[in-house]
Amino acid sequence: MARGHHDVGGLPGAGAIDVTEHQLSDWEILADAVNQALGARGVKRTDEMRRAREEMDSAAYRDMTYYERWIASIEAILIEKKILSKEEIDKKLAEFETKWGEP
Amino acid sequence: MGRTVTTANGQFKPGDRVKVKFEDRPGHLRTPWYIRGKSGWIEKVYGDFLNPESLAFGKDGLPKKTLYLVAFNQTDVWGKSAGVKDKVLVDIYDHWLEPLG
Repeated sequence: MARGHHDVGGLPGAGAIDVTEHQLSDWEILADAVNQALGARGVKRTDEMRRAREEMDSAAYRDMTYYERWIASIEAILIEKKILSKEEIDKKLAEFETKWGEP
Repeated sequence: MGRTVTTANGQFKPGDRVKVKFEDRPGHLRTPWYIRGKSGWIEKVYGDFLNPESLAFGKDGLPKKTLYLVAFNQTDVWGKSAGVKDKVLVDIYDHWLEPLG
């Protein structure tokens, strides 16, 4: 085992934290809403989401933004709990891309 | 805080000297890497909570674990270049701590 990709506290070279206010995108607010709704329904717990982010492929984790990691962990937990399948998610995503264009 | 603190069943009280275990095992570990193996003292006892290392895998989180606010001298964590008067404060669960004589 080694230090997880999420566990970066104290690592040299990270630079200063950007504390400037920034506008959230609509999809990021939606990601938060979905996350809270799943929590309120008792579908998942915060600790499960954290664990899902820790289990992600390290390169993929580092490439993702904060809310992209949230979405990826929601997806992983919903698949793990057999609430949605990967196929269902991919199918819906393809529908959206046809309708709205690729993100 | 406004929240009732449940009776703590942990092994430590405020002021006790403690050392953080240097554990590295698979799973959801709630103690950050940088503080493992470091020595400090119990600043505050929060109470007993469901164990997040169990909840992370969809389990019931039992038995509950006592959570502490643990203080460390900056210099003990980051070395001599750190601020001498400053402390590092970390929330750490009972099973991550061992008594320091």
